[in-house]
Amino acid sequence: MEILMCILGGALFAAGIYLLLQRQLLRIILGTALVSHGAHLLILTMGKLNRGAPPVLGEGIGHYTDPLPQALILTSIVISFGVTSFLLVLAYRAYQKNRTDMMDQLRGTEDE
Amino acid sequence: MFLYYIALPFIAAFLLFLFSRSLSKTFHTGWLVAIVPFVLFILFLTNSSEISEGQPVASLTNWIPSMGIQLSFYLDGLSLLFTLLITGIGFLVVLYSVFYLSKKENLIHFYIYLLLFMGSMLGLVMSDNLFVLYTFWEFTSISSFLLIGFWSHRARSVYGALKSMMITVFGGLCMLGGFLLLWVATDTTSIREIISQKEELMASPLFMPILLLVLLGAFSKSAQFPFHTWLPDAMEAPTPVSAYLHSATMVKAGIYLVARLSLLFSGSDLFFLCVSGFGLVTLCWGSFMAVRQTDLKGILAFSTISQLGMIMSMLGFGSEAAIFAAVFHIFNHATFKGSLFMVAGIVDHETGTRDIRKLGGLMTFMPITATLAFFGTFSMAGFPLPIFNGFLSKEMFFDASLQTASPSGLARQTAPLFPYLAVLGSIFTFVYSMYLFFGTFRGKVQLHQLEKKPHEAPFGMLIPPFLLVCFIVVIGVLPNLINERLLAPAAGAIAGNSIHIHVAFWHGIKPPLIMSLIVVTAGALLFVFKRYWEIIYRYLPGKLSADKAYQAFLNRLLRAAKKITGSYMTGSLSLYLAIIVLFLVCVTAGMMAVTGGFAFSTADLSPVKWPEVITGVSMLIAAVATIFMKRRIAAVIVIGVVGYGLSLLFVLFRAPDLALTQLIIETVTVVLFLLCFSHLPVMKPNSKPLRSRVADVLISLAAGTLITLVAISSHSSKWFQPISDYFVKTSYSLGGGKNIVNVILVDFRGLDTMFEITVLGLAALGIYGMIKIRLRKKGGMEQ
Repeated sequence: MEILMCILGGALFAAGIYLLLQRQLLRIILGTALVSHGAHLLILTMGKLNRGAPPVLGEGIGHYTDPLPQALILTSIVISFGVTSFLLVLAYRAYQKNRTDMMDQLRGTEDE
Repeated sequence: MFLYYIALPFIAAFLLFLFSRSLSKTFHTGWLVAIVPFVLFILFLTNSSEISEGQPVASLTNWIPSMGIQLSFYLDGLSLLFTLLITGIGFLVVLYSVFYLSKKENLIHFYIYLLLFMGSMLGLVMSDNLFVLYTFWEFTSISSFLLIGFWSHRARSVYGALKSMMITVFGGLCMLGGFLLLWVATDTTSIREIISQKEELMASPLFMPILLLVLLGAFSKSAQFPFHTWLPDAMEAPTPVSAYLHSATMVKAGIYLVARLSLLFSGSDLFFLCVSGFGLVTLCWGSFMAVRQTDLKGILAFSTISQLGMIMSMLGFGSEAAIFAAVFHIFNHATFKGSLFMVAGIVDHETGTRDIRKLGGLMTFMPITATLAFFGTFSMAGFPLPIFNGFLSKEMFFDASLQTASPSGLARQTAPLFPYLAVLGSIFTFVYSMYLFFGTFRGKVQLHQLEKKPHEAPFGMLIPPFLLVCFIVVIGVLPNLINERLLAPAAGAIAGNSIHIHVAFWHGIKPPLIMSLIVVTAGALLFVFKRYWEIIYRYLPGKLSADKAYQAFLNRLLRAAKKITGSYMTGSLSLYLAIIVLFLVCVTAGMMAVTGGFAFSTADLSPVKWPEVITGVSMLIAAVATIFMKRRIAAVIVIGVVGYGLSLLFVLFRAPDLALTQLIIETVTVVLFLLCFSHLPVMKPNSKPLRSRVADVLISLAAGTLITLVAISSHSSKWFQPISDYFVKTSYSLGGGKNIVNVILVDFRGLDTMFEITVLGLAALGIYGMIKIRLRKKGGMEQ
């Protein structure tokens, strides 16, 4: 199962990076979302999958899945959400100001 | 003790800076400054008797003892000669500048730079430590840069200053490389100790690089071919500066270095060939080019180049007579070239031009100046009369060129050529000297071309060149006057054993005298018929000039740098990203290939189950589909599929908190996307050309593959047990909670959470700010 998840994570990264290489700001933001999904999936996979019960203590359970990666991912999800929302508003403001969201037109001036 | 001598000009410069405002405008600042070199000159003179007895004086102060770098200074014959030149001519130059520069100039700056230069030059010639020497070496480059660019409102001055800076600092850095190698090879930074290890060093494989690097430094500082090109451009400096730096002191720093280290290098063929070869080429080329100049200072600049070449070649010859002649000529050149520069300054000052084509017949207007120039130029030409010191050293030069200490091999074969080159260079020296004198002071007066009516210079301006001319004549008549006190110890310091040569005017009819006569005859003929052969200058420097080479090199360098930078700094974000990703892929893949990091093991895998596979496949399809979506809503929904799929996976992999969070966050994100959409433009089709699209696909596939491989490899090679057992065991007993993930978040690793909250808060504030700023602006515009 881990191998399959690694492949899926890699595929999410590939799709995300392809979107990041595009010219429209919107696609780039979508790309960052895909890349962070891929990263979260990989963190979980690296902590081994399906090795016991959910990490909530209960009676008579011997094995739990690894709780540490889950805590890490939880932190990461929140942070990437914060960044994504900031990016979105940034894109919105950039579009309002410059009337374009094509990256090759948002280059700044020569003597910047 | 010497530390204070060297510090004196620096302290004086600092005092000048401190009291720059309170100095009264009624008298010239130069009068105050002149005290410094005068006092130093007297101080160094008092040391001379000890040194002439062969006892160097040393002083040592710790600077960076951990690296063996000490401020160790010592005064032997060679250093004494240079310190006396620096302070003596320094005094005369300051005196001259009092009359040359008007009080309206920025005198404080001028004298501060000049004092800095004087101090660093003194430090240079007295240092025993390699790195202290280098420090002062670069100080002279910097202060000379400031002095050349003194009239910084003139474009030519700035150009000249920059050029001299680039070339001398290039040489200085090469020299530093040589010094570092010397340090590595001998494990000491003291020059005297290094010289004592000569035998081991000669055998070391580092010897050749050391020699070449150090010589590069010396050649570029002393304006040897092909680095001479900075010196003519440095003539934009005020004339006192040219007289001081570019005739008597700084340009002799390279000579000093070669002389100082000649005990170390002499005896090797490479040293002989390089130093005398380049010296003679410089002598010939410099004197040949000097005839072509029309600017008085231009002639003098090329003449300095050729005279420096002559001194350099004598140091290369290596015989005792040659070294003595070199020392003698260092002194003589300083006297006549200093006086000639001052004369050129006087002519410029009193007529308003330095262009020799506009000058002529000034003898009747400026008889004293003309007399001074007569002695200077004829001494420079080596005219065979016993009143010119230049003749004596030129005779010795010819003599030395005939008896070179050529050890073996190639050096032995080339040595017979040297006398011919020496004569050739001297012929042109004679021609430009005559041209300089007769072109300026004889012939027809062209009053209409002059800005002012020429008249004799003020008395004070004539005194410094007069004193220098006195030296020319006195040394010419009584050449042995300074022999025992000054020249013999200096030559002795270079050669390592004491040299006593009796200088005399008349040796009898010997080859040197015949060579001198050839020079005078051929030179006179060439001078008289100058207009007939001048045409050669159109062809010979032609495209070969070092100035053009420098300019072309600089232009190409700048153009290439601009082109290279422009080729990748295009401002296109996707290009930068592609470079970053490609670099990451190459480095990681390369590293893994080199270290054999790829691993694949199926030993510790959980079983494949269908629900997970189906979810995964649908996520994969959705992710790929995101790329092809043409409508925004569709893209957001498809990316939502990935997010919800991920939360489904979290459920299947038994991570309830993650699933919850992911669900909520995904929903909020989608809502946010939708909110922004009403303000964002519609999705545009991919406008990239096909080729870069293919490249994008390849790059992202490579990155994805690599990440998969890294993930599989790292999963397949787990070396340690996870620490999660600890969390499971102590979650309740230490943390008091049964939800282990939550206990980790708020208890075991609470700091993470705190700052994650900070991140969210900052993002919220940022978003608020971005929107708010817009509103305020709008309000402002409405008002």
